[in-house]
Amino acid sequence: MTQRLRPVLLPAFLLFSIVLSAQTTFPYNGVYDQADRYYAITGVTVHVSPDQTLENATLVIRDGLIESATANGEVPRGAVPVAADGKHIYPSFIEVYGNYGMPEVERSRRSRSDGPQMESETEGAYSWNQALRPETDAAALFTIDAKAAKAMRDAGFGTVSTHHHDGISRGAAAVVTLAESSDNEVLLKRDVAHHLSFDKGSSGQDYPNSRMGTMALLRQTYLDAEWYGEGDRRETNLSLEAWRDLQDLPQIFEVEDWQNALRADKVGDEFGVQYIIRGGGDEYQRLEALQESGASFIIPLTFPETYDVSDPFAADMISLAQLRHWERAPGNVAAVAEAGIPFVITADGLDKPGDLHEAMRKAHEAGADERTLMIALTTGPAEMLGIADRVGTLEKGMLANFIITDKSPFTDKATIYQNWVQGYPFEIKSLNATELATAYDITVGDESFVGEVSGDPGSQKMTLSTEGDSTKTDVSYSESGGVLTMRFKPEGEDGYYRITATPDGEGYSGTGRDARGRIVSFRATPRTGNDSGNSRESKKDDAEASESEEYVSRLTYPNIAYGLPTMPEAKTVLFRNATVWTNEEQGILQEADVLVQDGKIAGVGQGLSDRGATVIDATGMHLTSGVIDEHSHIALSSVNEGTQSSTAEVRMADVVDAVDENIYRQLAGGVTVSQLLHGSANPIGGQSALVKLRWGASPEEMMFEGADPFIKFALGENVKQSNWGDASRVRYPQTRMGVEQIFENYFSRAAEYDRAMRAGEDMRRDLELETLAQILNDERFITCHSYQQGEINMLMELAERHDFRVNTFTHILEGYKVADKMAEHGAAGSTFSDWWAYKFEVDEAIPYNGALMYEQGVVTAFNSDDAEMARRLNQEAGKAVLFGGVPEEEAWKFVTLNPAKMLHIDDRVGSIKVGKDADLVLWNDHPMSIYARAERTFIDGKEYFNREENEERRLALGEERNALIQASLDAKNSGGKTQPPRGNSRRLLHCNSLDHHNEENHDH
Amino acid sequence: MITSIKYHFALLFWVAACSCVFGQNPVPARAQQSPFAVTGATVHVGDGTVLDNATILVSNGRIESVGAGGDVPAGYETVDASGKEIYPGLIALNSQLGLVEINSVRATRDDREVGLMNPNARALIAFNTDSQVIPTIRSRGVLLAQATPEGSLVSGTSSIMQLDGWNFEDAAVKADDGIHVHWPNRNSYNWLTGRIIPNERYDEQERELEAFLEQAVGYCGRPEGDGERLLKFEALCDVIDGGAKAYLHAEEARDIQAGVLLLKRMGASPVIVGGYQAHLIPEFLKREGVPVILGSTQALPAAQDEPIDQPYRSPALLADAGVEFAISHEGYWQQRNLPFVAGQAVGFGLDYEKAVEAVTLTPARIAGIDADYGSVETGKSATFIVVSGDLLDMRTSNVEHAFIDGREIDLDNKQAELYRKFKEKYDRQTSR
Repeated sequence: MTQRLRPVLLPAFLLFSIVLSAQTTFPYNGVYDQADRYYAITGVTVHVSPDQTLENATLVIRDGLIESATANGEVPRGAVPVAADGKHIYPSFIEVYGNYGMPEVERSRRSRSDGPQMESETEGAYSWNQALRPETDAAALFTIDAKAAKAMRDAGFGTVSTHHHDGISRGAAAVVTLAESSDNEVLLKRDVAHHLSFDKGSSGQDYPNSRMGTMALLRQTYLDAEWYGEGDRRETNLSLEAWRDLQDLPQIFEVEDWQNALRADKVGDEFGVQYIIRGGGDEYQRLEALQESGASFIIPLTFPETYDVSDPFAADMISLAQLRHWERAPGNVAAVAEAGIPFVITADGLDKPGDLHEAMRKAHEAGADERTLMIALTTGPAEMLGIADRVGTLEKGMLANFIITDKSPFTDKATIYQNWVQGYPFEIKSLNATELATAYDITVGDESFVGEVSGDPGSQKMTLSTEGDSTKTDVSYSESGGVLTMRFKPEGEDGYYRITATPDGEGYSGTGRDARGRIVSFRATPRTGNDSGNSRESKKDDAEASESEEYVSRLTYPNIAYGLPTMPEAKTVLFRNATVWTNEEQGILQEADVLVQDGKIAGVGQGLSDRGATVIDATGMHLTSGVIDEHSHIALSSVNEGTQSSTAEVRMADVVDAVDENIYRQLAGGVTVSQLLHGSANPIGGQSALVKLRWGASPEEMMFEGADPFIKFALGENVKQSNWGDASRVRYPQTRMGVEQIFENYFSRAAEYDRAMRAGEDMRRDLELETLAQILNDERFITCHSYQQGEINMLMELAERHDFRVNTFTHILEGYKVADKMAEHGAAGSTFSDWWAYKFEVDEAIPYNGALMYEQGVVTAFNSDDAEMARRLNQEAGKAVLFGGVPEEEAWKFVTLNPAKMLHIDDRVGSIKVGKDADLVLWNDHPMSIYARAERTFIDGKEYFNREENEERRLALGEERNALIQASLDAKNSGGKTQPPRGNSRRLLHCNSLDHHNEENHDH
Repeated sequence: MITSIKYHFALLFWVAACSCVFGQNPVPARAQQSPFAVTGATVHVGDGTVLDNATILVSNGRIESVGAGGDVPAGYETVDASGKEIYPGLIALNSQLGLVEINSVRATRDDREVGLMNPNARALIAFNTDSQVIPTIRSRGVLLAQATPEGSLVSGTSSIMQLDGWNFEDAAVKADDGIHVHWPNRNSYNWLTGRIIPNERYDEQERELEAFLEQAVGYCGRPEGDGERLLKFEALCDVIDGGAKAYLHAEEARDIQAGVLLLKRMGASPVIVGGYQAHLIPEFLKREGVPVILGSTQALPAAQDEPIDQPYRSPALLADAGVEFAISHEGYWQQRNLPFVAGQAVGFGLDYEKAVEAVTLTPARIAGIDADYGSVETGKSATFIVVSGDLLDMRTSNVEHAFIDGREIDLDNKQAELYRKFKEKYDRQTSR
């Protein structure tokens, strides 16, 4: 790795560099004629840095470096003078997130029918996982790409930190300039940053195929690399060696949105790494949490184009969240700046680098000031990458990387005339190019015309008409070196006029031939009164006016339909005169009061009072503790890793998705706590996440604090991959015989691992075995997806052999056959009320299952595993009364106290008892009735759902939608680009949901 | 007749019976032998009216009379149903009952034929009366079902079946009651990316459907023997002359409208199936006289911005707007929850008797069997259930008796048998 230059060494370096830098190792054919590119650009405003501007200055460069920038400076003898009167010079932009000069990334063409790819296809002594490519060296891969270089230069860039955008670890970035002299000259610095992402890129290897799998892989790689470096190992691993070498560099992590930014940051925090986040442009939606992360951001200026909502039915596809983001995305930069979060800007993600300017102007109109934008594209990136000694400003000794413009490229519609890179000038548009006026009085021979000019400089169009006549004739014209060549055929003439003209101080004059070939004189005099200067100013006024405009959209938590304007607060609440289902010895209390203080239940009984309390008249209503769903897959970005028979290392807490509307919908069904489980694709799944449905909170804030950790196991058809098609006959196991052996094998290995770790042997920390050892040590508990009695018995016996207990069997549709054994073992059963027949192993499932387990003393619950059914688990509890006659009070516990017991949280939730969390639901009717509606739902004494407010919110969101649609139509009508409606819809995840399967599968 | 037998006694009877029939569905009931009367119950007629303390006289499988009070003639056995509720047998429209046994086992699926145009595929033929799922469904009060092929664009021809038959011939109440047209999707959903994008082939598919139906109109108008016999078009002739229904599966308002206009142009009588957005176009539906078979109320809203309780509220919205509608539920084994799917709408504003009508008389009218089924009225088939409690609420939805054409059918089923079997296991343990 190259040593970064220390500031004290800088002056010495510069002295030598002037003398020696022209030297190269390359032989030269012929008489050496490479001049030292000594130029003096005069008459310009030099924006040396965001903090220093020199008016009417001279910029002197030599041998690719800045020599001086001086106000009213002289042209040194020997320098080539470049007159650029009135123009501006800015440091050229730095792209921190480029892939310039890198080879294409070829995506794996593997399809489901090819079956799984279990091993890496990278040849050589590299990582076991194909998506880990820390050995990738952008400097070694780099080669000049003239076409791409031009596109970026034309957009104002001079320097790029480039890396191969492929894989989870993408290796080292290199800094290059956009000059085209030679690869050796433009490659400035290698090993500039280590790039990471959640994207497997070209890897077709199965693992990881989920977000939590990717995060687990990252964690294990940090641990592996540490272990690898600590002694002689029996393997040589070039990837781990490269990974270790990259650790002292800036670590840049690409994510899609704010939630994934927090996920990446979390992994970084665990290993003492502060990632720089390449964000998704939605940071404004959760500024506080992002600020707390301590990360700097690389922000794209990818703003959604206006949705074409002309077709009202097609427009239905667009969600309010999408419309809101359309309106607010340009304001993201300003919001992030305002929040004091350090950031730079990237053009990555734009269709082409040239789109940067319009995007910047939009960001400016939405509140980002010029200085902020300039820093974000010049000194900011330079500092972020540790190359501030080379680029980013126009101070003496820096690379001569700058652009010459007519005005600010950050705030105005500027023309970039020239882009100089390492002292090499690249002309984009002639400095002397004359901008045409908007209208001319034209005389050609004896004829008089009016010439009207429209469009931007460089692509202006001219039309010709006779005064008083509206017929317009197009003029073909071109301009080169100040000479205008024109061709037009006026209305009524049979032939073309051909003219050449040159500037005459006022307009243009010249000569040409008329339609009959006769020589005529030509003169075009600009019309006064409507010059472009005025129109520009009025435009600016508009821009300023729009800054103060209010947004049409609201910003809510989360920022989608039914999001909350502010987070609810814990209040002192007194429910008066309710039918209270205590789930305690008191049973069901009639006309009782419940007092809530500081988020806890403070009183249960008759005639309670509290002066400060908000009193809720609950006469005729039922008050219960919140519904607890033992088996849920809502609020998750992924469900199954499932690519290996054990993925104990993955954590569902990593992928909690707080922006899932199903959270809100389930609050409306009285649900307050959900266990978010890994799927059932493999025998040993991932670690469970237990959340309270705190709508609007961040994923971290949703977690049920201090709860015991759980893990998902699975048995039967899903783990055997019985219903996945014939391609899925590769991964072990394929039979119930193999399933048992997997468990036996893993628990044996985990026990041995645990013993060795405790003995202090030289061991690599293994997150998978560590998790399994926790089970053996009663520090983690199993929820096992299960159906048939044989496999249920198998797992209980296996657990007993290894001296632990299976905490919960979930689904457990044949629990009724072995309820006695479950009770003896101490396993709980969390089942469906009445599901069956959807696959072979549920052929003997019966709706009396809950009742029979309950009667045998098994702690019994009904769960959902389904975003729809979870909204009415209260009714499902009623089915335990219908099928098997469970007493109502006990049936109600199936969805409240009993799941709380299974999850070891019955000291906190599950009943109405003084001291417990105030997770309460007020129902309009008997809670297990089909007619019952949750009217109000509280978590920790905070009201998260209120049916009346919901109704108001529904109406308000309709109005907001309409306002945004009207605004979209306005934008369309005023000529904005549009995109056809594209909707977003949440995947409804079930046990079987596989991230790489392009279909929905309901076979739980 | 087990008229005076109490519930626990019935259980004993089942226990005795189960040793000989275990593993098999119950034997279909005999045709009604002698007349009987059901007295004292509250009758939910099915047309919105309620009769308290009613007497129903049944002979030869028909309802001789039904009315409040009334004497029981001599020679009639009496079922004392005091304090109980009587409903018409529920009708599950748009179901795959009898066509699918185990969803994930391909060999047990007969609901979807290959190809886009299958009007000639008849669900009747595939209907398995020995499906072990069927008895579990009728034990919840669902006595008739429309066996319906799935697929697109024309999935096939459905039939209305009663749920206590020896074979599909005697189970068929109305064979080939209509064909099922599935309006092409305007959008396709990429499950991988979670994006909904316009279906590029929508226009092409719509034209294909339209052209196919136009060809059928031409074919059906030919004199007999003119040209080759084409089964697919032939299957549509009954629909084109209005004899059978054209079930149009469509959710979006614009698809409903486009489909109805197309089907009417070819002379068919359309019925909407699904109809998620039907509540947005009540005037259109009334003007065209098109009824709606609503999809399940127990469903999620179709989009993030939709009202969170939209599927719960849709029936009440249609009722308020005066649109004729039935309520349906998805799938096959799921049909046992049809009563609750109707009850769900009551919790969100639908009149109770209207909810009953939406799973009894309205489905019968839509399927064209209302002369015999769908309500407890004089002259109709004696197809009704006796419930001790509220059928639509799981708290008390205890179906005690069920009659199809006056035959009292056995409510036992495989699941109840398994319940008894393992209750027996545990009883032996405690008695030991």
